[in-house]
Amino acid sequence: MDFDDLLAGDGRVEPRDEMPDGYRRTLVRQIAQHAHSEIIGMQPEGNWISRAPSLRRKAILMAKVQDEAGHGLYLYAAAETLGVDREDLLDQLHTGRQKYSSIFNYPTLTWADVGAIGWLVDGAAIVNQVPLCRCSYGPYARAMVRVCKEESFHQRQGFEILHTLSHGTPAQRAMAQDAVDRYWWPSLMMFGPPDDDSPNSAQSMAWGIKRFSNDDLRQRFVDMTVPQAEALGLTLPDPEIRWNEERGHYDFGTVDFTELFEVIKGNGPCNQQRLAHRVGAHEDGAWVREAASAYAAKQAVREGAA
Amino acid sequence: MRDWPLWEVFVRSRRGLSHVHVGSLHAPDAEMALRNARDVYTRRQEGVSLWVVPAAEIVASDPGERDAFFDPADDKVYRHPTFYNVPEGVEHL
Repeated sequence: MDFDDLLAGDGRVEPRDEMPDGYRRTLVRQIAQHAHSEIIGMQPEGNWISRAPSLRRKAILMAKVQDEAGHGLYLYAAAETLGVDREDLLDQLHTGRQKYSSIFNYPTLTWADVGAIGWLVDGAAIVNQVPLCRCSYGPYARAMVRVCKEESFHQRQGFEILHTLSHGTPAQRAMAQDAVDRYWWPSLMMFGPPDDDSPNSAQSMAWGIKRFSNDDLRQRFVDMTVPQAEALGLTLPDPEIRWNEERGHYDFGTVDFTELFEVIKGNGPCNQQRLAHRVGAHEDGAWVREAASAYAAKQAVREGAA
Repeated sequence: MRDWPLWEVFVRSRRGLSHVHVGSLHAPDAEMALRNARDVYTRRQEGVSLWVVPAAEIVASDPGERDAFFDPADDKVYRHPTFYNVPEGVEHL
C-alpha cells in the first residue's frame, strides 16, 4: 500500500513498507533519543538506591530503574526495525552525536528528588508518550503501549514518596517542597520549545508521528498536575498559576527556554557526569559481552562436533 | 554485541492462548536470548511460556507483493456463511 494512502487512512506503517527517507530518519532520531533517555534516566534515580530510606522503598526503586533499562531495550529494538544497528546508536550517544532528554542533566540532591522525578518527570513523560501509542510507525507505537503501562506505577510511587514527606516532619515537608521547586520548570521544558519555535513539529504531525503540539501537551500536563499539587499540600513555584474559567485551563507563567537550550548545548549541571558514567559503564561491561560471545562460539563448535 | 544475532520474542500470556510476538533482542546464543527475554518482556507476569526465534530464520511474505499474494481470496465470498440466503423462519442454520 502506498505510504500517503496509509497515512491518510490512519493506517500503520510496518518495517518492510516503503517509506520516505525523511520519515525513516526522523523516526530513527526520535526513537534513538527516546531510548537513550531511558538508559541515561537510570542514573539520577540509581544514585539513591543505596540510600533509600527503607527496604520497601529500595525494592520499589530497583524495580523502577530496571523498568527504565527495559524501556530502553524496547525502544532500541523498535529503532532497529528501521535498519540501524543498536551498537551504532550507542556510539552516537557516547560521542554526543545523539541527545537524550535534558531533564536527566539535573542532579538528585535529596531523597525527595526521587519523588519529584516520579511524580513530575514521569508524569510529563506519560503526557508525551500516551499519544505516541497511536504513532503511525507500528513498532514504535507498540513499544510505547508497553512503556505507558509501566510508567503509571512510576508516577504513583513518586507521588507517594512526596505525599509521605509532605505529611511528615517540617524538615521532610521542606525537603519535598524544595524538590518540587527545582523540578517544576525543567519538567515543563520536557515538552520542547513553544509551537512557534519548533521547526520539526509540523512535519512530524503530518507524518502521524506526533499527534499534539508541544504547547497543547504542556497545557495538559499543567491542568493535570495543579490539583495533584494541592492534594500533596505543596505549592508549584509559579505565582501566575490560576484557573482560567474562560479557557477552561490553568494559566501559567512563561517558561525560560534559554535554560533548556543551554542544557541541550551541554551546559546543564550534570551533562558531563551522565555521559562519562554511561561510557564508563559500557566499557566496564565489555568483558561480560566478550565472555558471552566466547562462550556462545565454544558451544557452537561443540554442537557442530557432536 | 555487534555480531550478536537478533532474536524475535514470543510470549504465551496464559495457558489456552497462543504465543504472540512482543519484540526482539540481541543475544549471543539461545539460552542468553531466553534469559534476557524473560527479564525484558515478562517482568510483570506477562507470560507462562517464551519462544525466542533467530530473526534471520523467519521467512516473510513481501509487502510489495501483498496484493498479488493475497487477492486470490478476494473473489471467493462464498467462503463466508453470510453469502447464503436462508429462507424466513429457518433456525439453527
